[in-house]
Amino acid sequence: MRKDFTAGIRAGIPVCLGYFSVSFGFGVMAVSKGLNPWDAILISLSNLTSAGQFAGLTVIAAGAALIEMILTQLVINSRYALMSVALGQKLGPQVGTGQRLAMAFFNTDEVFALGMTRLGKLSPAFFLGAGLIAALGWTAGTATGAAAGAVLPLSVRLALGTMLYGMFIAIVIPQARQEKPMLFCMGLALVCSCLFAWMPGLRDVRDGLAIVICTVVTAAVCALVFPVPEQEGAQ
Amino acid sequence: MSIYIYILVMALTTYLIRAIPLVLFKKPIDSRFVRSFLHYVPVACLTAMTFPAILYATDHVVSGVMGLGVAVVLALCNRSLLTVAACGSLAVFVTDWLMKMMF
Repeated sequence: MRKDFTAGIRAGIPVCLGYFSVSFGFGVMAVSKGLNPWDAILISLSNLTSAGQFAGLTVIAAGAALIEMILTQLVINSRYALMSVALGQKLGPQVGTGQRLAMAFFNTDEVFALGMTRLGKLSPAFFLGAGLIAALGWTAGTATGAAAGAVLPLSVRLALGTMLYGMFIAIVIPQARQEKPMLFCMGLALVCSCLFAWMPGLRDVRDGLAIVICTVVTAAVCALVFPVPEQEGAQ
Repeated sequence: MSIYIYILVMALTTYLIRAIPLVLFKKPIDSRFVRSFLHYVPVACLTAMTFPAILYATDHVVSGVMGLGVAVVLALCNRSLLTVAACGSLAVFVTDWLMKMMF
């Protein structure tokens, strides 16, 4: 048990460092959108999700309705539901509800990947170790970014704020390159999002909502045109 | 509205999305459409969030374009998340600075 936890922490260190640098950008951006540094830290501590927090920031800055916040998080973070299902398969049936509830909080793309690539059944202790160290990097990065954001000149803040976009690009491009349907998906989302940015009428839709609509429409069209292969046995 | 209500709602929604399937679903999802839909969500959503927003995130559209270009090229070369993000943001900074020098 303790050995698994230590192994998890060790495996999570690269994720921790990566998270630190990216969430530094989130901290900088949050402060430049008018948030108090402590509130930015609270967001990272309680959410642990890059895309969701980033979109949430837009919703907060716009002072939009709460339903828009819920909708935004539901759509953007819906992939976690799928990952949680997969993670559940990797756990033995003896893993209780309490442990599952604790693990759920740390189920990010990278920690999920660490857990799923373990040989055999996944130990909750390993997953929690990796998740904790990743969350530490994520929160510390936001804190550092938020503090630096208050003293750094605007041009540096703007440049650091774009790090988050860089991370998204680094996730999307390799997938679009590997799979034709993903390339189509990226192209469709691009067109949709440009329409919402520039077309009269659509232009007035708020950013957070526009992202939700683009995601749902694009993913639905892709699912119809390029459905994933039928399930080949359980993993 | 208080920012803490937003943060609470955001954190709760995100947590429930992760927790409910992990506790309730012991079997894989059967619906092929749902699985396909979820398969495409990350790329669709990250793309929509990045473009064209990155063009307006900086002082000049030109620096946004430069940051985007550098990040895309490095991502095509399969560079790590950290390298892509750092170099993209460096490109934005340098371009912004050059623009200021010239005009």
